[in-house]
Amino acid sequence: MSELPVDLPITGPMAPPRSNGEMVFDAPWESRLFGVTMALVETDRFSWSEFQQRLIAAVGRWEAGHPDGEGYRYYERWAEALESLLDDLGIVAVETTDARALALAARPAGHDHHDDHHGQGPGPAAHDVP
Amino acid sequence: MTAVPRPHDHPDVALRAEALESLLLERGLIDPNVVDGLISRYENDVGPMNGARVIAKAWTDADYRQRLLDDGTAAIGELGYSGPQGEHIEVLENSGKVHNVVVCTLCSCYPWPVLGLPPSWYKDPAYRARIVREPRQVLAEMDLALDDDVEIRVWDSSSEVRYLVLPERPDGTSDLSEEDLAALVTRDAMVGVARVTAP
Repeated sequence: MSELPVDLPITGPMAPPRSNGEMVFDAPWESRLFGVTMALVETDRFSWSEFQQRLIAAVGRWEAGHPDGEGYRYYERWAEALESLLDDLGIVAVETTDARALALAARPAGHDHHDDHHGQGPGPAAHDVP
Repeated sequence: MTAVPRPHDHPDVALRAEALESLLLERGLIDPNVVDGLISRYENDVGPMNGARVIAKAWTDADYRQRLLDDGTAAIGELGYSGPQGEHIEVLENSGKVHNVVVCTLCSCYPWPVLGLPPSWYKDPAYRARIVREPRQVLAEMDLALDDDVEIRVWDSSSEVRYLVLPERPDGTSDLSEEDLAALVTRDAMVGVARVTAP
């Protein structure tokens, strides 16, 4: 199975971002994280600029610790920014995310793909992606 | 039950992202259909083809070109492109004497409505640091050699202002339609790290 979160048209008018040489996201979790963040902005849980300040801070912290810039992963910094903002806003505590991530990690074999249907693991269904 | 290795390079953050999404979902803070729609929109509908249409129109319509340079956001909005990260777009005109190139030194600010989401190299620490320090060298490494008498202006995007480069129209394209011209305009040209070339 493809790891793409959705079936993307390869050609035609919907394809141009790819025609410029690369996918917008490198992994399904990156696109999910992006979509979740933008959905929270759209529903005014926080503003884009609030998020952006966190992102700038997260990027800056990483760069301060990695002067050579090797191993940079943009969406990891994005995740850090979102986690810290949701924690500070009292929406989702970091400890809660920790616990849930551990529960998800303990899912039985066969439930290790983001594009699975998550009905049978110990964690609740995260999302269903065609 | 033992933990199963994840298929991605960075299992921890992938798991945390999934954890976060499942928690937000349970609490009714996100609608999965909205999330799907937003992803699809930025993967499929919003991208450099929007900016390419803006550039092609500016090349073929002098009045539009002027409006675009005077108020980028409004002129871009005339073509129906607006939205997040497009609140204030400034258009920078390249010429034989001046070459504009765009960066975001702090994170990844980018004019989404006209270019979509930024490519990896735009977000990369090396590009973000070096294009400011040694733009001529970095552009040469990206296969854009500029003559020494061409002034390079590097524009640092901010939360307030995003930039779109208006590249030079290539010679030998006077008989092309606006649509054909749009097909020539690349994302890289609109960031300022490439030229538009005739077919």
